[in-house]
Amino acid sequence: MSVSIPHALSVWRRNASMYRRTWKWNILPNFFEPVLYLLSIGVGVGAYITEMSGTSYSAFLAPALVCVAAMNGASFEVTYNIFVRLTFEKAYDAMLTTSIEPDDILAGEVLWAVTRSCIYGACFFIVLCLFGLTPLPFALLALPLIPFAGLLFAAIGIVFSLRIKGIDLFSFYYTLFLTPLFLFSDVFFPLKERLSGPWLWVAEALPLLHPVRLARAAFRGEPSLLLLWDFGYLLVVSTLLLFWARRAVRQRLTN
Amino acid sequence: MTAETIVEAACVSKRFGSRLAVDRLDLRIPSGVCFGLLGPNGAGKTTTLRMIYGVTRPSSGEILVFGMDIARNPRAVRSRLGVTLQQNVLIEALSPEENLRVFGRYHLLSEPELSRRIGELIDFLELKSHAKVPVQKLSGGFQRRLAIALSLMNRPELLILDEPTTGLDPAVRLALWSRVRDLRAAGTTTLLTTHYMDEAQRLCDRVAIISGGKVMDEGAPPELIGKHLAPETVEFDCAPEEEPNLLGQPGLSLGRRLRVGKRVMIYLEDATPLIEHVRRHDRGDRRALVVRPTNLEDVFLALTGTSLEGGQ
Repeated sequence: MSVSIPHALSVWRRNASMYRRTWKWNILPNFFEPVLYLLSIGVGVGAYITEMSGTSYSAFLAPALVCVAAMNGASFEVTYNIFVRLTFEKAYDAMLTTSIEPDDILAGEVLWAVTRSCIYGACFFIVLCLFGLTPLPFALLALPLIPFAGLLFAAIGIVFSLRIKGIDLFSFYYTLFLTPLFLFSDVFFPLKERLSGPWLWVAEALPLLHPVRLARAAFRGEPSLLLLWDFGYLLVVSTLLLFWARRAVRQRLTN
Repeated sequence: MTAETIVEAACVSKRFGSRLAVDRLDLRIPSGVCFGLLGPNGAGKTTTLRMIYGVTRPSSGEILVFGMDIARNPRAVRSRLGVTLQQNVLIEALSPEENLRVFGRYHLLSEPELSRRIGELIDFLELKSHAKVPVQKLSGGFQRRLAIALSLMNRPELLILDEPTTGLDPAVRLALWSRVRDLRAAGTTTLLTTHYMDEAQRLCDRVAIISGGKVMDEGAPPELIGKHLAPETVEFDCAPEEEPNLLGQPGLSLGRRLRVGKRVMIYLEDATPLIEHVRRHDRGDRRALVVRPTNLEDVFLALTGTSLEGGQ
Protein backbone atom coordinates (compact mmCIF):
# COMPACT_ATOMS: atom_id res chain seq x y z
CA MET A 1 0.00 0.00 0.00
CA SER A 2 1.36 3.40 -0.88
CA VAL A 3 0.63 6.78 0.61
CA SER A 4 -2.57 8.52 -0.39
CA ILE A 5 -1.74 12.22 -0.29
CA PRO A 6 -5.33 13.40 0.43
CA HIS A 7 -5.60 10.99 3.36
CA ALA A 8 -2.20 12.01 4.69
CA LEU A 9 -3.30 15.65 4.46
CA SER A 10 -6.43 14.89 6.47
CA VAL A 11 -4.17 13.56 9.25
CA TRP A 12 -2.06 16.71 8.95
CA ARG A 13 -5.20 18.86 9.13
CA ARG A 14 -6.34 17.16 12.30
CA ASN A 15 -3.14 18.24 14.01
CA ALA A 16 -3.24 21.66 12.42
CA SER A 17 -6.78 22.29 13.64
CA MET A 18 -5.76 21.35 17.17
CA TYR A 19 -2.71 23.59 16.96
CA ARG A 20 -4.69 26.52 15.63
CA ARG A 21 -6.67 26.63 18.85
CA THR A 22 -3.60 27.09 21.00
CA TRP A 23 -1.02 28.60 18.67
CA LYS A 24 -0.94 31.94 20.44
CA TRP A 25 0.30 30.26 23.60
CA ASN A 26 2.41 27.70 21.79
CA ILE A 27 4.25 30.18 19.68
CA LEU A 28 5.38 32.51 22.48
CA PRO A 29 8.01 30.11 23.88
CA ASN A 30 9.32 29.80 20.33
CA PHE A 31 10.25 33.45 20.52
CA PHE A 32 11.52 33.49 24.08
CA GLU A 33 13.82 30.51 23.83
CA PRO A 34 16.19 31.98 21.22
CA VAL A 35 16.18 35.35 22.92
CA LEU A 36 17.30 33.71 26.17
CA TYR A 37 20.04 31.71 24.46
CA LEU A 38 21.28 34.69 22.54
CA LEU A 39 21.36 36.87 25.61
CA SER A 40 22.99 34.32 27.90
CA ILE A 41 25.42 32.48 25.66
CA GLY A 42 25.73 34.81 22.68
CA VAL A 43 25.92 38.15 24.45
CA GLY A 44 26.91 37.03 27.98
CA VAL A 45 29.49 34.32 27.34
CA GLY A 46 30.30 35.87 23.97
CA ALA A 47 31.64 38.99 25.71
CA TYR A 48 34.66 36.95 26.83
CA ILE A 49 35.29 35.52 23.37
CA THR A 50 36.86 37.83 20.84
CA GLU A 51 36.12 35.62 17.89
CA MET A 52 35.26 32.05 16.92
CA SER A 53 36.12 30.58 13.53
CA GLY A 54 36.63 34.07 12.24
CA THR A 55 33.38 35.73 13.38
CA SER A 56 31.88 37.18 16.53
CA TYR A 57 30.58 34.53 18.92
CA SER A 58 26.95 35.58 18.39
CA ALA A 59 27.37 35.28 14.64
CA PHE A 60 28.91 31.81 15.15
CA LEU A 61 26.01 30.72 17.32
CA ALA A 62 23.12 32.20 15.32
CA PRO A 63 22.82 29.79 12.33
CA ALA A 64 23.30 26.73 14.54
CA LEU A 65 20.48 27.81 16.82
CA VAL A 66 18.11 27.92 13.83
CA CYS A 67 18.79 24.21 13.34
CA VAL A 68 18.37 23.51 17.04
CA ALA A 69 14.98 25.21 16.88
CA ALA A 70 13.98 23.02 13.93
CA MET A 71 15.18 19.94 15.81
CA ASN A 72 13.18 20.86 18.90
CA GLY A 73 10.03 21.70 16.95
CA ALA A 74 9.98 18.36 15.17
CA SER A 75 11.12 16.34 18.17
CA PHE A 76 8.45 17.50 20.56
CA GLU A 77 5.78 16.67 18.03
CA VAL A 78 6.95 13.14 17.25
CA THR A 79 7.69 12.19 20.84
CA TYR A 80 5.15 13.30 23.43
CA ASN A 81 2.42 14.37 21.04
CA ILE A 82 2.53 11.23 18.90
CA PHE A 83 2.67 9.04 21.98
CA VAL A 84 -0.41 10.75 23.40
CA ARG A 85 -2.31 10.36 20.14
CA LEU A 86 -1.24 6.74 19.91
CA THR A 87 -1.90 5.49 23.42
CA PHE A 88 -4.18 7.93 25.23
CA GLU A 89 -6.32 9.57 22.56
CA LYS A 90 -6.35 6.43 20.35
CA ALA A 91 -6.59 8.78 17.40
CA TYR A 92 -4.98 6.29 15.04
CA ASP A 93 -7.49 3.58 15.94
CA ALA A 94 -10.23 5.95 14.83
CA MET A 95 -8.41 6.85 11.61
CA LEU A 96 -8.02 3.18 10.75
CA THR A 97 -11.80 2.74 10.73
CA THR A 98 -11.84 5.00 7.67
CA SER A 99 -10.01 4.44 4.40
CA ILE A 100 -6.86 5.91 5.96
CA GLU A 101 -3.99 3.41 5.99
CA PRO A 102 -1.00 3.27 8.37
CA ASP A 103 1.26 4.73 5.66
CA ASP A 104 -1.01 7.79 5.40
CA ILE A 105 -0.85 8.29 9.16
CA LEU A 106 2.95 8.15 9.08
CA ALA A 107 3.11 10.58 6.17
CA GLY A 108 0.64 12.98 7.78
CA GLU A 109 2.46 12.95 11.11
CA VAL A 110 5.89 13.44 9.54
CA LEU A 111 4.53 16.29 7.45
CA TRP A 112 3.05 17.89 10.53
CA ALA A 113 6.31 17.52 12.49
CA VAL A 114 8.12 19.18 9.58
CA THR A 115 5.54 21.95 9.69
CA ARG A 116 6.19 22.48 13.38
CA SER A 117 9.94 22.56 12.76
CA CYS A 118 9.34 25.27 10.16
CA ILE A 119 7.27 27.32 12.60
CA TYR A 120 10.01 27.05 15.26
CA GLY A 121 12.81 27.66 12.81
CA ALA A 122 11.10 30.66 11.22
CA CYS A 123 10.35 32.25 14.62
CA PHE A 124 14.00 31.86 15.53
CA PHE A 125 15.06 33.37 12.24
CA ILE A 126 12.86 36.42 12.83
CA VAL A 127 14.42 36.95 16.26
CA LEU A 128 17.90 36.70 14.73
CA CYS A 129 16.90 39.33 12.19
CA LEU A 130 15.87 41.66 15.01
CA PHE A 131 19.29 41.10 16.64
CA GLY A 132 20.95 41.91 13.32
CA LEU A 133 22.53 38.45 13.15
CA THR A 134 21.29 37.44 9.71
CA PRO A 135 23.68 38.65 7.02
CA LEU A 136 21.47 39.17 3.97
CA PRO A 137 20.98 37.82 1.41
CA PHE A 138 23.05 34.69 2.25
CA ALA A 139 21.29 33.93 5.51
CA LEU A 140 18.07 33.40 3.57
CA LEU A 141 19.66 30.30 2.06
CA ALA A 142 19.39 28.70 5.47
CA LEU A 143 15.58 28.86 5.41
CA PRO A 144 15.05 25.94 2.98
CA LEU A 145 17.27 23.82 5.25
CA ILE A 146 14.80 24.02 8.11
CA PRO A 147 12.30 21.47 6.74
CA PHE A 148 15.13 19.03 5.96
CA ALA A 149 16.48 19.30 9.49
CA GLY A 150 12.89 18.86 10.73
CA LEU A 151 12.41 15.78 8.54
CA LEU A 152 15.54 14.13 9.92
CA PHE A 153 14.51 14.62 13.55
CA ALA A 154 10.90 13.69 12.80
CA ALA A 155 12.13 10.39 11.35
CA ILE A 156 14.47 9.67 14.26
CA GLY A 157 11.85 10.52 16.88
CA ILE A 158 9.02 8.65 15.26
CA VAL A 159 11.00 5.41 15.12
CA PHE A 160 11.84 5.84 18.80
CA SER A 161 8.23 6.64 19.77
CA LEU A 162 6.82 3.63 17.94
CA ARG A 163 9.31 1.27 19.54
CA ILE A 164 8.87 2.21 23.19
CA LYS A 165 6.17 1.03 25.55
CA GLY A 166 6.06 3.76 28.18
CA ILE A 167 6.07 7.55 28.06
CA ASP A 168 8.81 7.69 30.75
CA LEU A 169 11.44 6.64 28.22
CA PHE A 170 11.19 10.00 26.49
CA SER A 171 13.27 11.55 29.26
CA PHE A 172 16.13 9.33 28.07
CA TYR A 173 15.56 10.50 24.52
CA TYR A 174 15.87 14.09 25.63
CA THR A 175 18.66 13.88 28.20
CA LEU A 176 20.82 11.20 26.57
CA PHE A 177 20.22 11.97 22.91
CA LEU A 178 18.92 15.44 22.09
CA THR A 179 20.79 17.35 24.81
CA PRO A 180 24.21 15.84 23.96
CA LEU A 181 23.53 16.56 20.31
CA PHE A 182 22.74 20.15 21.20
CA LEU A 183 25.99 20.46 23.18
CA PHE A 184 28.38 18.64 20.82
CA SER A 185 27.28 19.32 17.24
CA ASP A 186 29.27 22.42 16.31
CA VAL A 187 26.61 24.60 17.90
CA PHE A 188 28.73 26.17 20.65
CA PHE A 189 32.27 25.44 19.40
CA PRO A 190 33.80 23.98 16.24
CA LEU A 191 34.40 20.27 16.78
CA LYS A 192 37.21 20.13 14.27
CA GLU A 193 39.32 22.48 16.41
CA ARG A 194 38.76 20.37 19.55
CA LEU A 195 38.75 16.78 18.30
CA SER A 196 41.44 14.92 16.45
CA GLY A 197 41.92 11.83 14.34
CA PRO A 198 39.29 9.11 14.47
CA TRP A 199 37.04 11.11 16.82
CA LEU A 200 36.36 13.57 14.03
CA TRP A 201 35.08 10.68 11.95
CA VAL A 202 32.91 9.44 14.77
CA ALA A 203 31.44 12.92 15.16
CA GLU A 204 30.24 12.78 11.55
CA ALA A 205 27.56 10.35 12.75
CA LEU A 206 25.90 13.07 14.85
CA PRO A 207 22.71 14.05 13.03
CA LEU A 208 22.57 17.66 14.19
CA LEU A 209 26.11 18.34 12.96
CA HIS A 210 25.06 18.29 9.31
CA PRO A 211 22.24 20.83 9.29
CA VAL A 212 24.36 23.07 11.54
CA ARG A 213 27.26 23.01 9.08
CA LEU A 214 24.91 23.68 6.19
CA ALA A 215 23.21 26.60 7.94
CA ARG A 216 26.51 28.14 9.01
CA ALA A 217 27.87 27.89 5.47
CA ALA A 218 24.69 29.53 4.20
CA PHE A 219 24.98 32.44 6.67
CA ARG A 220 28.61 32.96 5.68
CA GLY A 221 28.02 32.40 1.99
CA GLU A 222 30.83 29.83 1.91
CA PRO A 223 29.97 26.88 -0.34
CA SER A 224 32.15 23.76 -0.20
CA LEU A 225 32.11 20.16 -1.34
CA LEU A 226 31.71 19.00 2.24
CA LEU A 227 28.17 20.40 2.13
CA LEU A 228 27.18 17.77 -0.42
CA TRP A 229 28.06 15.12 2.13
CA ASP A 230 26.02 17.00 4.77
CA PHE A 231 23.00 17.28 2.53
CA GLY A 232 23.35 13.68 1.38
CA TYR A 233 23.43 12.58 5.02
CA LEU A 234 20.16 14.43 5.70
CA LEU A 235 18.40 12.83 2.77
CA VAL A 236 19.74 9.29 3.07
CA VAL A 237 19.41 8.92 6.82
CA SER A 238 15.89 10.43 6.78
CA THR A 239 14.82 8.06 4.01
CA LEU A 240 16.23 4.97 5.71
CA LEU A 241 14.60 5.86 9.00
CA LEU A 242 11.26 6.52 7.31
CA PHE A 243 11.33 3.03 5.81
CA TRP A 244 11.98 1.68 9.26
CA ALA A 245 9.19 3.83 10.68
CA ARG A 246 6.85 2.48 8.05
CA ARG A 247 7.33 -1.05 9.30
CA ALA A 248 7.09 0.08 12.89
CA VAL A 249 3.83 1.95 12.34
CA ARG A 250 2.25 -1.10 10.71
CA GLN A 251 3.35 -3.36 13.52
CA ARG A 252 2.12 -0.95 16.15
CA LEU A 253 -1.28 -0.14 14.61
CA THR A 254 -2.32 -3.38 12.98
CA ASN A 255 -1.86 -6.95 14.07
CA MET B 1 -21.72 -16.35 -2.36
CA THR B 2 -24.85 -14.45 -3.28
CA ALA B 3 -24.94 -10.78 -4.16
CA GLU B 4 -26.76 -10.00 -0.93
CA THR B 5 -24.00 -11.20 1.37
CA ILE B 6 -22.22 -8.30 3.03
CA VAL B 7 -19.73 -10.19 5.16
CA GLU B 8 -18.54 -13.71 4.57
CA ALA B 9 -15.90 -15.25 6.81
CA ALA B 10 -14.72 -18.75 6.03
CA CYS B 11 -12.78 -20.78 8.59
CA VAL B 12 -11.09 -17.72 10.06
CA SER B 13 -8.64 -18.15 12.91
CA LYS B 14 -6.52 -15.64 14.77
CA ARG B 15 -3.66 -16.52 17.05
CA PHE B 16 -1.89 -14.04 19.35
CA GLY B 17 1.26 -15.84 20.42
CA SER B 18 0.05 -19.04 22.05
CA ARG B 19 -3.51 -17.79 22.57
CA LEU B 20 -6.12 -18.71 19.98
CA ALA B 21 -8.49 -15.72 20.03
CA VAL B 22 -10.68 -16.81 17.13
CA ASP B 23 -10.99 -20.47 16.19
CA ARG B 24 -12.18 -21.50 12.71
CA LEU B 25 -15.00 -19.00 12.66
CA ASP B 26 -17.60 -19.07 9.90
CA LEU B 27 -19.94 -16.15 9.50
CA ARG B 28 -22.31 -14.95 6.84
CA ILE B 29 -24.07 -11.64 7.24
CA PRO B 30 -26.81 -10.97 4.70
CA SER B 31 -27.57 -7.50 3.42
CA GLY B 32 -30.00 -5.33 5.37
CA VAL B 33 -30.06 -7.27 8.63
CA CYS B 34 -28.99 -6.31 12.09
CA PHE B 35 -26.57 -9.04 13.11
CA GLY B 36 -25.41 -9.53 16.69
CA LEU B 37 -22.22 -11.18 17.91
CA LEU B 38 -22.90 -12.26 21.46
CA GLY B 39 -20.35 -13.53 23.85
CA PRO B 40 -18.71 -13.01 27.21
CA ASN B 41 -15.70 -10.72 27.58
CA GLY B 42 -12.70 -12.32 25.89
CA ALA B 43 -14.83 -14.46 23.57
CA GLY B 44 -13.15 -13.01 20.48
CA LYS B 45 -15.85 -10.50 19.47
CA THR B 46 -13.64 -7.46 19.10
CA THR B 47 -10.93 -9.45 17.33
CA THR B 48 -13.57 -10.68 14.88
CA LEU B 49 -14.74 -7.12 14.20
CA ARG B 50 -11.16 -5.92 13.74
CA MET B 51 -10.57 -8.65 11.20
CA ILE B 52 -13.72 -7.67 9.33
CA TYR B 53 -12.62 -4.05 8.91
CA GLY B 54 -9.08 -5.11 8.23
CA VAL B 55 -6.86 -3.84 11.06
CA THR B 56 -6.23 -7.33 12.38
CA ARG B 57 -5.07 -9.92 9.87
CA PRO B 58 -6.40 -13.44 10.27
CA SER B 59 -3.75 -16.10 10.92
CA SER B 60 -5.70 -18.29 8.50
CA GLY B 61 -8.93 -18.13 6.54
CA GLU B 62 -10.41 -15.44 4.37
CA ILE B 63 -12.90 -12.62 4.91
CA LEU B 64 -14.90 -11.07 2.10
CA VAL B 65 -16.66 -7.77 2.74
CA PHE B 66 -18.92 -6.43 -0.03
CA GLY B 67 -17.52 -9.36 -2.03
CA MET B 68 -13.95 -8.06 -1.74
CA ASP B 69 -11.07 -9.63 0.14
CA ILE B 70 -10.48 -7.18 2.99
CA ALA B 71 -6.79 -8.10 3.18
CA ARG B 72 -6.28 -6.89 -0.40
CA ASN B 73 -8.73 -3.97 -0.59
CA PRO B 74 -8.75 -2.31 2.83
CA ARG B 75 -9.30 1.20 1.46
CA ALA B 76 -12.13 0.25 -0.84
CA VAL B 77 -13.88 -1.77 1.85
CA ARG B 78 -13.44 0.74 4.65
CA SER B 79 -14.71 3.62 2.54
CA ARG B 80 -18.08 1.82 2.56
CA LEU B 81 -18.32 0.92 6.22
CA GLY B 82 -18.41 2.73 9.56
CA VAL B 83 -17.14 1.56 12.92
CA THR B 84 -18.03 2.67 16.43
CA LEU B 85 -15.22 1.41 18.64
CA GLN B 86 -15.87 0.05 22.10
CA GLN B 87 -14.09 3.01 23.64
CA ASN B 88 -15.18 6.42 22.34
CA VAL B 89 -12.38 8.00 20.36
CA LEU B 90 -13.17 11.69 20.42
CA ILE B 91 -11.05 14.81 20.48
CA GLU B 92 -11.93 16.10 23.91
CA ALA B 93 -10.95 19.71 23.38
CA LEU B 94 -13.14 20.03 20.28
CA SER B 95 -16.92 20.34 20.03
CA PRO B 96 -19.09 17.65 18.43
CA GLU B 97 -19.31 19.78 15.30
CA GLU B 98 -15.54 20.09 15.08
CA ASN B 99 -15.05 16.38 15.78
CA LEU B 100 -17.40 15.59 12.93
CA ARG B 101 -15.49 17.97 10.69
CA VAL B 102 -12.15 16.31 11.43
CA PHE B 103 -13.65 12.89 10.87
CA GLY B 104 -15.36 13.94 7.65
CA ARG B 105 -11.99 14.97 6.30
CA TYR B 106 -10.62 11.48 7.01
CA HIS B 107 -13.28 10.39 4.54
CA LEU B 108 -12.14 13.13 2.14
CA LEU B 109 -15.45 14.96 2.32
CA SER B 110 -15.15 18.60 1.34
CA GLU B 111 -17.42 21.63 1.49
CA PRO B 112 -20.33 22.05 0.98
CA GLU B 113 -21.03 18.30 1.35
CA LEU B 114 -19.08 18.17 4.62
CA SER B 115 -21.19 20.83 6.39
CA ARG B 116 -24.39 19.35 5.04
CA ARG B 117 -23.51 15.90 6.36
CA ILE B 118 -22.49 17.32 9.75
CA GLY B 119 -25.89 19.05 9.99
CA GLU B 120 -27.72 15.83 9.12
CA LEU B 121 -25.86 13.81 11.73
CA ILE B 122 -26.32 16.43 14.43
CA ASP B 123 -30.05 16.26 13.75
CA PHE B 124 -30.17 12.48 13.49
CA LEU B 125 -28.42 11.87 16.81
CA GLU B 126 -30.02 14.90 18.49
CA LEU B 127 -26.76 16.64 19.28
CA LYS B 128 -27.92 20.12 18.39
CA SER B 129 -28.18 21.51 21.95
CA HIS B 130 -24.52 20.68 22.63
CA ALA B 131 -23.07 20.90 19.14
CA LYS B 132 -20.63 23.65 20.09
CA VAL B 133 -19.67 22.50 23.59
CA PRO B 134 -16.23 20.87 24.06
CA VAL B 135 -16.61 17.11 24.20
CA GLN B 136 -14.96 16.85 27.62
CA LYS B 137 -17.96 18.70 29.09
CA LEU B 138 -20.52 16.29 27.63
CA SER B 139 -22.20 13.40 29.44
CA GLY B 140 -21.38 9.78 28.60
CA GLY B 141 -24.60 9.46 26.61
CA PHE B 142 -23.82 12.49 24.45
CA GLN B 143 -20.28 11.28 23.86
CA ARG B 144 -21.55 7.88 22.75
CA ARG B 145 -24.05 9.45 20.38
CA LEU B 146 -21.27 11.55 18.90
CA ALA B 147 -19.09 8.45 18.50
CA ILE B 148 -21.90 6.81 16.57
CA ALA B 149 -22.44 9.96 14.50
CA LEU B 150 -18.76 9.84 13.51
CA SER B 151 -19.11 6.31 12.22
CA LEU B 152 -22.05 7.36 10.04
CA MET B 153 -20.13 10.17 8.36
CA ASN B 154 -19.62 8.32 5.08
CA ARG B 155 -23.20 6.91 4.88
CA PRO B 156 -21.89 3.40 5.50
CA GLU B 157 -23.53 0.38 3.90
CA LEU B 158 -22.22 -1.67 6.83
CA LEU B 159 -22.24 -0.21 10.33
CA ILE B 160 -20.11 -1.99 12.93
CA LEU B 161 -20.93 -1.22 16.57
CA ASP B 162 -18.67 -2.67 19.27
CA GLU B 163 -20.73 -2.76 22.46
CA PRO B 164 -22.73 0.34 21.56
CA THR B 165 -24.59 0.80 24.84
CA THR B 166 -22.24 -0.51 27.53
CA GLY B 167 -22.33 1.81 30.52
CA LEU B 168 -25.22 3.96 29.31
CA ASP B 169 -28.40 4.76 31.20
CA PRO B 170 -31.68 3.15 30.07
CA ALA B 171 -33.06 6.26 28.36
CA VAL B 172 -29.95 6.67 26.25
CA ARG B 173 -29.95 2.98 25.38
CA LEU B 174 -33.54 3.20 24.18
CA ALA B 175 -32.74 6.26 22.10
CA LEU B 176 -29.74 4.56 20.50
CA TRP B 177 -31.69 1.41 19.76
CA SER B 178 -34.27 3.45 17.97
CA ARG B 179 -31.55 5.08 15.84
CA VAL B 180 -30.17 1.66 14.93
CA ARG B 181 -33.66 0.59 13.88
CA ASP B 182 -34.01 3.72 11.74
CA LEU B 183 -30.74 2.90 10.00
CA ARG B 184 -31.79 -0.66 9.44
CA ALA B 185 -35.07 0.53 7.96
CA ALA B 186 -33.06 2.69 5.59
CA GLY B 187 -31.18 -0.40 4.42
CA THR B 188 -27.96 -0.20 6.45
CA THR B 189 -26.57 -3.59 7.43
CA THR B 190 -25.57 -3.52 11.08
CA LEU B 191 -23.11 -5.75 12.88
CA LEU B 192 -22.96 -5.27 16.62
CA THR B 193 -21.36 -6.97 19.57
CA THR B 194 -22.98 -6.97 22.96
CA HIS B 195 -23.18 -8.93 26.12
CA TYR B 196 -26.63 -7.57 26.85
CA MET B 197 -29.01 -10.27 25.73
CA ASP B 198 -32.00 -7.94 25.87
CA GLU B 199 -30.24 -5.63 23.45
CA ALA B 200 -29.58 -8.49 21.07
CA GLN B 201 -33.14 -9.77 21.36
CA ARG B 202 -34.68 -6.38 20.69
CA LEU B 203 -32.40 -5.25 17.90
CA CYS B 204 -30.99 -8.19 16.06
CA ASP B 205 -32.56 -10.16 13.24
CA ARG B 206 -29.87 -12.75 13.60
CA VAL B 207 -27.32 -13.49 16.29
CA ALA B 208 -24.23 -15.65 16.57
CA ILE B 209 -23.28 -16.81 20.03
CA ILE B 210 -19.51 -16.89 20.44
CA SER B 211 -17.48 -18.50 23.17
CA GLY B 212 -13.78 -19.27 23.23
CA GLY B 213 -13.39 -17.86 19.71
CA LYS B 214 -15.90 -20.31 18.22
CA VAL B 215 -19.45 -19.80 16.97
CA MET B 216 -21.59 -21.97 19.25
CA ASP B 217 -24.76 -21.40 17.24
CA GLU B 218 -26.31 -18.86 14.93
CA GLY B 219 -29.82 -17.88 13.93
CA ALA B 220 -32.80 -15.62 14.59
CA PRO B 221 -33.34 -15.11 18.34
CA PRO B 222 -36.76 -16.88 18.53
CA GLU B 223 -35.41 -19.72 16.42
CA LEU B 224 -32.40 -20.17 18.71
CA ILE B 225 -34.56 -20.13 21.81
CA GLY B 226 -36.92 -22.73 20.34
CA LYS B 227 -34.04 -24.90 19.24
CA HIS B 228 -32.22 -25.08 22.55
CA LEU B 229 -34.75 -24.61 25.33
CA ALA B 230 -38.40 -24.96 26.22
CA PRO B 231 -40.48 -21.75 26.06
CA GLU B 232 -41.21 -21.26 29.77
CA THR B 233 -38.63 -20.59 32.42
CA VAL B 234 -39.07 -21.07 36.13
CA GLU B 235 -36.35 -19.39 38.09
CA PHE B 236 -35.83 -19.50 41.86
CA ASP B 237 -33.26 -19.62 44.63
CA CYS B 238 -32.09 -23.08 45.56
CA ALA B 239 -28.69 -23.89 47.08
CA PRO B 240 -26.94 -26.88 45.46
CA GLU B 241 -27.17 -28.96 48.66
CA GLU B 242 -30.96 -28.63 48.96
CA GLU B 243 -31.55 -29.41 45.31
CA PRO B 244 -31.86 -33.24 45.58
CA ASN B 245 -34.41 -32.79 48.32
CA LEU B 246 -36.47 -30.18 46.48
CA LEU B 247 -36.27 -31.41 42.90
CA GLY B 248 -35.29 -35.07 43.24
CA GLN B 249 -38.84 -36.25 43.90
CA PRO B 250 -40.13 -39.07 41.72
CA GLY B 251 -42.86 -38.17 39.30
CA LEU B 252 -41.67 -34.57 38.85
CA SER B 253 -40.86 -34.08 35.17
CA LEU B 254 -38.17 -31.50 34.68
CA GLY B 255 -36.67 -30.07 31.54
CA ARG B 256 -33.19 -28.66 31.12
CA ARG B 257 -31.77 -27.13 34.29
CA LEU B 258 -29.16 -24.36 34.54
CA ARG B 259 -27.57 -22.83 37.59
CA VAL B 260 -25.92 -19.48 38.26
CA GLY B 261 -24.75 -19.42 41.87
CA LYS B 262 -27.78 -19.95 44.08
CA ARG B 263 -30.20 -19.34 41.25
CA VAL B 264 -31.69 -22.26 39.33
CA MET B 265 -33.44 -21.96 35.96
CA ILE B 266 -35.66 -24.75 34.71
CA TYR B 267 -37.03 -24.77 31.16
CA LEU B 268 -40.41 -26.34 30.56
CA GLU B 269 -43.23 -26.61 28.04
CA ASP B 270 -45.64 -26.05 30.92
CA ALA B 271 -44.42 -24.50 34.14
CA THR B 272 -47.53 -25.04 36.26
CA PRO B 273 -46.73 -28.45 37.85
CA LEU B 274 -43.27 -27.32 38.93
CA ILE B 275 -44.53 -24.04 40.40
CA GLU B 276 -47.15 -25.91 42.39
CA HIS B 277 -44.54 -28.41 43.55
CA VAL B 278 -42.13 -25.74 44.77
CA ARG B 279 -44.92 -23.82 46.56
CA ARG B 280 -46.18 -26.99 48.23
CA HIS B 281 -42.72 -27.90 49.35
CA ASP B 282 -41.87 -24.55 50.88
CA ARG B 283 -45.15 -22.68 51.42
CA GLY B 284 -43.52 -19.25 51.80
CA ASP B 285 -42.14 -17.26 48.85
CA ARG B 286 -38.58 -16.67 50.05
CA ARG B 287 -37.24 -18.35 46.93
CA ALA B 288 -38.04 -15.29 44.79
CA LEU B 289 -39.70 -17.56 42.27
CA VAL B 290 -40.23 -16.07 38.83
CA VAL B 291 -41.97 -17.49 35.80
CA ARG B 292 -41.05 -15.88 32.50
CA PRO B 293 -40.68 -16.61 28.81
CA THR B 294 -37.32 -18.14 27.93
CA ASN B 295 -34.98 -15.57 26.40
CA LEU B 296 -31.67 -15.29 24.65
CA GLU B 297 -29.86 -14.96 27.95
CA ASP B 298 -30.92 -18.52 28.76
CA VAL B 299 -29.75 -19.79 25.40
CA PHE B 300 -26.50 -18.01 25.97
CA LEU B 301 -26.08 -19.68 29.34
CA ALA B 302 -27.04 -23.03 27.92
CA LEU B 303 -24.48 -22.74 25.14
CA THR B 304 -21.56 -21.13 26.88
CA GLY B 305 -21.48 -22.87 30.23
CA THR B 306 -21.98 -22.00 33.88
CA SER B 307 -24.53 -24.71 33.53
CA LEU B 308 -25.70 -27.78 35.33
CA GLU B 309 -27.13 -30.42 33.11
CA GLY B 310 -30.66 -31.23 34.21
CA GLY B 311 -33.40 -33.38 32.77
CA GLN B 312 -32.70 -36.82 31.43
